[in-house]
Amino acid sequence: MKIYVPGDSAAISVGADLVAEAIAAKVSGATIIRNGSRGALWLEPMVEVETEKGRIAYGPVSVDDIDSLIAADFIHGGVHELSLGETEKIEWLASQDRVTFKRVGIIDPLSIADYEAHGGLVGLRRAISMSSSEIIDEVTESGVRGRGGAGFPAGIKWKTVAGAISEQKYICCNADEGDSGTFADRMLIEGDPYTLIEGMTIAAVAVGATRGYVYLRSEYPYAIATLQKAIDAAHAFGLLGSSVLGSKFAFELKIRAGAGSYVCGEETAMLESLEGKRGVVRAKPPLPAIEGLFGKPTVINNVLTLSTIPAVMADGAAAYKARGVGRSLGTQVFQLAGNIKRGGIVEKPFGISIEEIVNGYGAGTLSGSPIRAVQIGGPLGAYFGTDKFATSLDYESMIAAGGMLGHGGIVVFDSSVDLAQQARFAMAFCAIESCGKCTPCRIGSTRGVETIDLIIQGVKVEENKKLLLDLCEVMTDGSLCAMGGLTPMPVKSAMINFPEDFTGEVNRR
Amino acid sequence: MSFAPWSKDAALVVLATLRDEEGPVLLALQALQREFGYVDKEAVGLVADYFNKSRADVHGVLTFYHDLLTSAPGDNQISVCVAEACQAVGSRDLEKQVKAKFGDEVHDGYCYGNCALGPSAMVNGCIIGRASLDKIAKARR
Repeated sequence: MKIYVPGDSAAISVGADLVAEAIAAKVSGATIIRNGSRGALWLEPMVEVETEKGRIAYGPVSVDDIDSLIAADFIHGGVHELSLGETEKIEWLASQDRVTFKRVGIIDPLSIADYEAHGGLVGLRRAISMSSSEIIDEVTESGVRGRGGAGFPAGIKWKTVAGAISEQKYICCNADEGDSGTFADRMLIEGDPYTLIEGMTIAAVAVGATRGYVYLRSEYPYAIATLQKAIDAAHAFGLLGSSVLGSKFAFELKIRAGAGSYVCGEETAMLESLEGKRGVVRAKPPLPAIEGLFGKPTVINNVLTLSTIPAVMADGAAAYKARGVGRSLGTQVFQLAGNIKRGGIVEKPFGISIEEIVNGYGAGTLSGSPIRAVQIGGPLGAYFGTDKFATSLDYESMIAAGGMLGHGGIVVFDSSVDLAQQARFAMAFCAIESCGKCTPCRIGSTRGVETIDLIIQGVKVEENKKLLLDLCEVMTDGSLCAMGGLTPMPVKSAMINFPEDFTGEVNRR
Repeated sequence: MSFAPWSKDAALVVLATLRDEEGPVLLALQALQREFGYVDKEAVGLVADYFNKSRADVHGVLTFYHDLLTSAPGDNQISVCVAEACQAVGSRDLEKQVKAKFGDEVHDGYCYGNCALGPSAMVNGCIIGRASLDKIAKARR
């Protein structure tokens, strides 16, 4: 009998390991599978049992519930107060459109047999039978854009690398998911690591690269452990190594752990860090596609971009681009976080509204107080009030609304939030994490903190607000990378959308 | 976490495992920290000589990254996430309480990817969701 207890670190953070141990000790004959999380994180630890009717879910389960679950005959799907019914029929999950996340939470993350049984390796096998330009055309045609935040078309990047002549090329996966409110990269790696490995291998076959690195942040120790086991198993299976699935292609893949630097999520700083150096941003050009890792042509894509490729190659470009709106094609893995009742992963085609995600899936705040603000796209994304909730979540609409979609993270704040403090934090974070190479970011962030402090204290408020906007303009236009260039986005959006918080403490409430 | 006491000979054994790696300096410092709990100041010259880099290069890397420690850590390492998603569920207050109680053991964390179950904390490498002072205290050694 199979019992699924997620081994995802979010589930572990609320006791999944203890639940798994207790079930193993008390239920004889149980085969416990540590699957990824289905993404309904408020239901974690969500235990599933395999029955004749399919998988039946219970959650959130704590160690103290195990005895009563056993008494209710949960191993045969018996009714219990934590019963959620058939997992496939849970509305929150059933109404999603899982493409990138289609196997996460369903399969045993480390079983290649399970991976193949659920459609894995079909895309890679097809890619191996195609020419480089056919693969790249398929990826370009699908419209897949970089999920890291910039939204650059993946196929065009790959074409540049494929066209570059070099004895060595690299595939680098940016798994330095440092943005608060984002956790899809982590959950994918913990829940379906072979999808990432397959996606990177397809990229390698397409552009003629033989080495790859996954730059994975050290704050994700569970993801590092899972991915390392998956890479080792993929080597043993012949998915990686000198002959990928018996073909003429070779691909070696390694993990490089980050070391606690946010700016290393910027692609050129990441390259420096992969080379073992300080994570200092490089000026572009040259583009990494021409001169990347160790000066060689390099594909750099985010975890979700690369993990979407197997589906594109397996089902074809047409199936993928049938989803989405305008130039934002396919699905986005939204991450619902912060002060939210039902947080987690919501994968839907681009074009769903903020309202549908936050109030529909999220069901409002955890605290029960009204929502006052959301921050979309990570620490460098804009703060919006509820008046913007009709906005469509796609790359272009978010820019038009004065924000950005970024990596698809949405952080919800209730009525207790002070947007002046949030703006101050954005500058303070930039001051801590700036690589220091360019002046607007290095010095501007510190001056930003000081100026916001004066506004909060009520010192020459109007003058300082003007000064702060001027500083934001300098940082936006003058910084070398997105760290300094986008730190003004949360600051300015907070000032524009929540002016009542920038009147100085003495004048407020 | 128990670490080996710093020794040059043991360090050279660690470095030997990285001989064939591309761009090995950061990797080497991380490996030394895993072995000894921190990067001893003697290691700077050692790594530089071993990989044919300047001491300035190695020092630069050592001082850039928040993770790398230059003195031995205590028995407990606690970090409370103070990034936005956890702020939204009270991590600023939690961090103050935890710092008041456990002092130097506590460091700021910036996101453990557990943003729907915040506030989050990491205690000796184990992740804690819906963290409270009580939960953190229980997870300490």
